[in-house]
Amino acid sequence: MKEGHNQIQTSKFGMVIDLDKCTGCGACMVACMSENNVPFREDESDKLLSITWMRVYQISNGKPYPDNEICYLPRPCMHCEGHAGHSPCVSVCPATATDYDSASGIVSQIYTRCFGCRYCMGACPYHARYFNWWDPVWPKGMEQYLSPNVSPRMRGIVEKCSFCFHRYQLARDKAYYEGRRTIKEEEYQSACTQACPAGAITFGDLLNPGHKVHQMVLPDLNHHGRPRNPHAFRLLERLGTNPKVYYLSGREWVRRAGDNYVQGEKQAEHH
Amino acid sequence: MKIDRRSFLSLGIGAAAGTALSPLPWKITDDLSIWSQNWPWTPVPQDGEATYVNSVCTLCPGGCGISVRKIDDRAVKIEGMKGFPINDGGICILGLSGLQLLYGPTRIASPLKRTGKRGEGAFQAVSWKQAISEVVDKLSSLRKEGKPHTVAGISGEREGTTGRLFKRFLTAYGSPNFMHVPSAADASEQVLYLMHGQGTTLGMDLENADYILSFSAGLLDGWGSPVRMFKANSRLKDKKGKLVQIEPRLSSTAAKADKWLPITPGAEGALALGLAHVIIAESLHNREFIENYTSGFEAFANYVRNGFSPDIVAQITGIPKAGIVSLAREFAGASRPVAICGRGQGDTPGALCEAVAVHALNALVGNINRTGGVWSVAQPVDFNWSQVWPDEPARMGLARKRIDGAGGPLLPQSLLNRFPQAVNGKNPYEVQALLVSNANPLYTMRDVESVKKAFDRIGFIVSFSSYMDETAQYSDLILPNHHYLERYEVVEGIKGMTSPFIGMAKPVVKPLYNTRHTADVIIELASELKGTVAAAFPWASYEACLKQTLGYKVNALAEDGYWMDGGYMPPDWSNAFKTPSGKFEFNLSPFKHKVYTHPEGDPSIFPLVLIPYDSLRLANDQIGNAPFMTKTVADTVLQKSDAVVEINPETGKQLRLAEGSLAVLKTPKKTVKVAVHLSQGVGPGIVAVPRGLGHLGNDRYLAGKGVNVNDLIGPVDDVVSGLDAAWGIRASLAKS
Repeated sequence: MKEGHNQIQTSKFGMVIDLDKCTGCGACMVACMSENNVPFREDESDKLLSITWMRVYQISNGKPYPDNEICYLPRPCMHCEGHAGHSPCVSVCPATATDYDSASGIVSQIYTRCFGCRYCMGACPYHARYFNWWDPVWPKGMEQYLSPNVSPRMRGIVEKCSFCFHRYQLARDKAYYEGRRTIKEEEYQSACTQACPAGAITFGDLLNPGHKVHQMVLPDLNHHGRPRNPHAFRLLERLGTNPKVYYLSGREWVRRAGDNYVQGEKQAEHH
Repeated sequence: MKIDRRSFLSLGIGAAAGTALSPLPWKITDDLSIWSQNWPWTPVPQDGEATYVNSVCTLCPGGCGISVRKIDDRAVKIEGMKGFPINDGGICILGLSGLQLLYGPTRIASPLKRTGKRGEGAFQAVSWKQAISEVVDKLSSLRKEGKPHTVAGISGEREGTTGRLFKRFLTAYGSPNFMHVPSAADASEQVLYLMHGQGTTLGMDLENADYILSFSAGLLDGWGSPVRMFKANSRLKDKKGKLVQIEPRLSSTAAKADKWLPITPGAEGALALGLAHVIIAESLHNREFIENYTSGFEAFANYVRNGFSPDIVAQITGIPKAGIVSLAREFAGASRPVAICGRGQGDTPGALCEAVAVHALNALVGNINRTGGVWSVAQPVDFNWSQVWPDEPARMGLARKRIDGAGGPLLPQSLLNRFPQAVNGKNPYEVQALLVSNANPLYTMRDVESVKKAFDRIGFIVSFSSYMDETAQYSDLILPNHHYLERYEVVEGIKGMTSPFIGMAKPVVKPLYNTRHTADVIIELASELKGTVAAAFPWASYEACLKQTLGYKVNALAEDGYWMDGGYMPPDWSNAFKTPSGKFEFNLSPFKHKVYTHPEGDPSIFPLVLIPYDSLRLANDQIGNAPFMTKTVADTVLQKSDAVVEINPETGKQLRLAEGSLAVLKTPKKTVKVAVHLSQGVGPGIVAVPRGLGHLGNDRYLAGKGVNVNDLIGPVDDVVSGLDAAWGIRASLAKS
């Protein structure tokens, strides 16, 4: 957590996902897998073993037919800030393989440092981390599409969504090269944001009032980024993980599903 | 020295302390972690120069622009093209997976000739010269015997230059039997023919509509041009418009709609007429349009007045009377309402009366050829190819009846659904040879078993597939096409597009294998057949043909990847209709028979109704799922190799089926093993089965998973159009 270790303006990159627009098509999942060299196996129907940095969950209002409603909820890594960078996973990693970058707000995962103790997986309340139980194997010829910007992982380590950190690096390099201290909003976008056919995902700097993500959720920076937009919420807000992924929904039951409540308890008011 | 307990312990502790204080254990742990992660079989992707190549995706008929990121010669990522009129940067799950198809194990690397029994999968590689001469030998001997009409062709494209060249080839050769894979576009073509008097394409100006009434159209499940539909829906949400989904199952579209109205399967057409009843009874229709620009309104009004009162329709559809009345009022009261049909992804035509009933709603509110409505769209390209002059043998062949009985003034140009019946049953003649391009009929056609039987009666089957799909596996000769990222292709006829539009796919990478463009092969076959067949193809290659055909548009296509008549406005009401009356016609001929069709099967043996459902995560057309896509499929759809079917918990209780239990699903066509998912998204008595599973061909990431729902459902000919009207079938489910 070094302060100002580079000259690029400090940012807090975050994501806003409009659940009313998300159609659950799964494009974000595949955009992520193909961008980040995520492997695949013959049978991926055991979802506990299936590595998906971005996963689309389906939630339901629990009512019987025909009043049943469902909503899709894409879940990347939340890049929790916790209190001053003490995100749940960062706090427990004995190898400093995962760290909170205060310059970008991104929780990193350094594959060569990870030795697979999986403490971080236990600590993460969002199931955003995945363990490589097997070596990745691509059918003959298919390694040709692997991107050199992201290293393929090996058996025995943990991996997760990086907010496409390599794209941030490319944008940062470009800015340096052009003598700028700021990265423009469109210069750094995650692969899932770019692909989403419904335009349900928005990505940008939560600190920058000019960025759409800031305008959409109006994060209250004095209160750990809590959204001031009444339709915005974060997953498991009450745990104090201070995530940087926000969700929007006009439906109350969807917003309520973002946290755990005692039966009969009213939803916690924001602000 | 005697080692007693005390000295043993102290030695041990001393050794442990010594080792712990030395750097040894830490060094070993460190080395171990480095060593364990340095296994050479984890690939290290080569770095190189990064470039982008723009093209158009042809994996589905959606026509999205793509930007492919390359590192040197390797394609490493497909992204949506920014600024492209259809998808503006967005891209669907199938388009994103394209590189797995390009570099995947299911590609065919060279021309192949069958060596074992048909379907056994034993092939030997042959040269292009040999492959082409075998086809030419077969075709010329059939022509010599005076049987050119016994050659049939199946094409995946209704439009597109390759499809047109294929059709032209059969015409010049002397066969009337060119068939394309049918879709809801065939039904809408018929609708336009009956009601507008011309067979152009039907555009949907959904971007500007403020009320979309969808009759089971899976607008967010892959209908039409999927990315465009997604964007239109998001836009509708932003401007607080309304999407109402009428569908038996809580699909993704229904889940995202502002209102979901579950309906008895197959009753969509009856509901449309019920809504028309209310609109007319309450005089909510657009008087200006109805009085001045339509004919047959009175007869239509009488028809719906007598047979489709809300009471009757409530009984047929299962939607309460009050719901029907308020829906009709809402629809007619919106400023730019539009009604859409075409079940699921719109891959099956459906009953003509249903499509006509839905289009009649659009006419009642007068939103035809207006902003936010339904447009008739002009052809983007005038295919000014020289006329084909068939020689005597070809003329004889062309004079024969089509094997599928299609053609004529009222019937569609092709009825592929009737082909298996015709070959298996009372056919006017035996089909001797079949050419299949860009299609996988042995997977996508209803009642695959009967299609296979028909194929068994055809002596010579040629596939042009790039992939080892079910049809390629079952053919005698494979002349593999370039992969879609390796070839030029003109894309036209994009479903629902409101402007005349063509896109141009171009090679992103050099061909990986010994493949050839199907259009080039067709041109070569023609030239080998000599005479008038060769004369019909005055081009040296497909590229030369494109240049000549597209004329001035070639430059725009090469530069931007598309050509669009951006300022296109459909003709106004006084010029829009080419019917005998010059007006929009409320044509009652499709209603000669019952609007509400019952599914095949005896209810006493098959108490449930099976409906297939579409999902974007399961490609179900001629292209099968790439591994990434199958990875995203939920465990409520596929468990290991079992397909999961959805039933209402109440049905589950009756049949004593719990979540995840294995069951036997039986229809009049086939019996299969499935797993059960109890879902509150389907009504009691319904079994919802995902489409896109149950492949036998393709790679091990797809083959053998789940069941192909097309095996379970048989085709039902629409009494008027002859197109496949089946939307489901009766079924039974029991614990296995």
